[in-house]
Amino acid sequence: MTCLPPHTDKKLGLVIDLDTCVGCHACVTACKGWNDQGYGAPLSDQTPYGVEASGTFLNRVHSYAVQPDDLPAQTINFPRSCLHCEDAPCVTVCPTGASYKRAEDGIVLVNEEACIGCGLCAWACPYGAREMDLAAGVMKKCTLCVDRIYNEELPEEDRQPACVRTCPTGARHFGDLGDPESAVSRLVAEREGYALMPEMGTKPVNRYLPPRSKDRPEEASLLAPLLDIKAAGLAGWLDRVLGKLP
Amino acid sequence: MNPAPSVIVFTVLSGMGFGFLALLGLFGVQGWLGFFFWGTGFGLAVAGLVASTFHLGNPQRALRAFTQWRTSWLSREGWAAVITLGLLAPQALSDWLGLGWGRGFGIAGAVGCGVTVVCTGMIYAQLKTVPRWHHWTTPAVFLAFALAGGLILSGVRGLAVIALCLLGVLMAVQWFGGAGRFARAGVTMESATGLGRIGRVAVFEQPHTGGNYLMREMIFTVGRRHAERVRMIAMVSGGLLPVVALVFVPGVAGIGLAAVTHLLGAFAHRWLFFAEAEHVVGLYYGRR
Ligand code: SF4
Ligand code: SF4
Ligand code: SF4
Repeated sequence: MTCLPPHTDKKLGLVIDLDTCVGCHACVTACKGWNDQGYGAPLSDQTPYGVEASGTFLNRVHSYAVQPDDLPAQTINFPRSCLHCEDAPCVTVCPTGASYKRAEDGIVLVNEEACIGCGLCAWACPYGAREMDLAAGVMKKCTLCVDRIYNEELPEEDRQPACVRTCPTGARHFGDLGDPESAVSRLVAEREGYALMPEMGTKPVNRYLPPRSKDRPEEASLLAPLLDIKAAGLAGWLDRVLGKLP
Repeated sequence: MNPAPSVIVFTVLSGMGFGFLALLGLFGVQGWLGFFFWGTGFGLAVAGLVASTFHLGNPQRALRAFTQWRTSWLSREGWAAVITLGLLAPQALSDWLGLGWGRGFGIAGAVGCGVTVVCTGMIYAQLKTVPRWHHWTTPAVFLAFALAGGLILSGVRGLAVIALCLLGVLMAVQWFGGAGRFARAGVTMESATGLGRIGRVAVFEQPHTGGNYLMREMIFTVGRRHAERVRMIAMVSGGLLPVVALVFVPGVAGIGLAAVTHLLGAFAHRWLFFAEAEHVVGLYYGRR
């Protein structure tokens, strides 16, 4: 049913730390690997070894150069996947009821059995979180690894999204953002996590933690430890002799 | 946005078809001429609807699209189209065979035609993610095309000329207003990434070296280079030439000429409608 639940107590989602993400794309690969064999149709590739290689992914990592007014530019790696929005426009536009938001935990999913592959939900999503699978003709999107997080067949530590589990720098966190006491909610509060494109009115659940502010060059010169090195030996003798010449 | 032929054919043909059907429903044409006219109207509307299924990944499940009319304009459009065609069928039969069933079905069907065209427009107008479309002019221009196309096919020259002038004005309003709407929506790379709090944002490296569905579907830059030319074609062929044909060329030839030029203009308008619309997701890729 494409009517959104009026409210969900639980708001499962991801918190992504832009300070620690190193842009290794491990989450992209882990996501593709897990979702290729689990929930729904596999994520197909088209001419993967050809000139125009392309394929379906549920998570993409961008890299941006951000130029502050008075400091050197910063490179910021930026993973992008479904934000499991509270007012998800992708759900309400769906004509078939294939797109839905779960009342029990807020996860936004696609029932592939009902999807006609019209693509309207991908048009409605501001974040580019949905990609049509060209082989299956159905819409694919991040499932928040719903087949892992509740999966009692897996050892406890693996009951997290594949991307979170795999991230080598711990830049991805999973939890309940509807509970103000959860670890993710406290992290968001502490680090001033923010939502993407709030002006689109989608009320995303996922949050991004901004990069920590960088040192100022005048406060700490990078060369500081090198500046008072005294030359010794031959170089020291030369330094003294040459220094005496008029 | 990618100007997919199936969607262009769908909106143009079914728009014209429903416009024509609405007039036939209201005023009726009897006998075999009526059969021919009704057939043309139904033919155009149905051909458009069938074309719209060509871009579906799984068209065999298309019936499911009737389930979510509560929230989805696409679903509402499906219902409106089917109900309208259903209402008009007995009217067409009555007109053709002279059964004298009054105009009740026809009048209800004409209202249905209007509703259907508005629903088609709303499929696009509802999308906040495409600021150019997110405006009342989207359904208004769709309606004006339906009305003008219908009146041309009906051969009511005077009214057709007035409708074509209205269409011209609305297209101009749509283009002028649409030009800066993306900027006015206030979405930028800075707000899309939230990194504006640090500084100006530029793409350092794309997330993938090949294309993907998003880029093919929503970042269509080729067409915009020719936007001004296509605008001229849409205005001249869609509005001006049909007026000239209706005013100066007598007989069926004038109507036919007007219909053909108008249809070409409608195709040009619709191609541009998709091709120049920019989706906010392009911001993540540093291009729109
Ligand atoms: S990020 Fe996009 S696909 Fe995910 S819930 Fe929000 S609007 Fe829907
Ligand atoms: S592509 Fe599938 S999930 Fe998306 S709107 Fe169409 S039917 Fe619904
Ligand atoms: S939660 Fe699962 S499906 Fe979503 S991006 Fe991470 S790995 Fe992919």
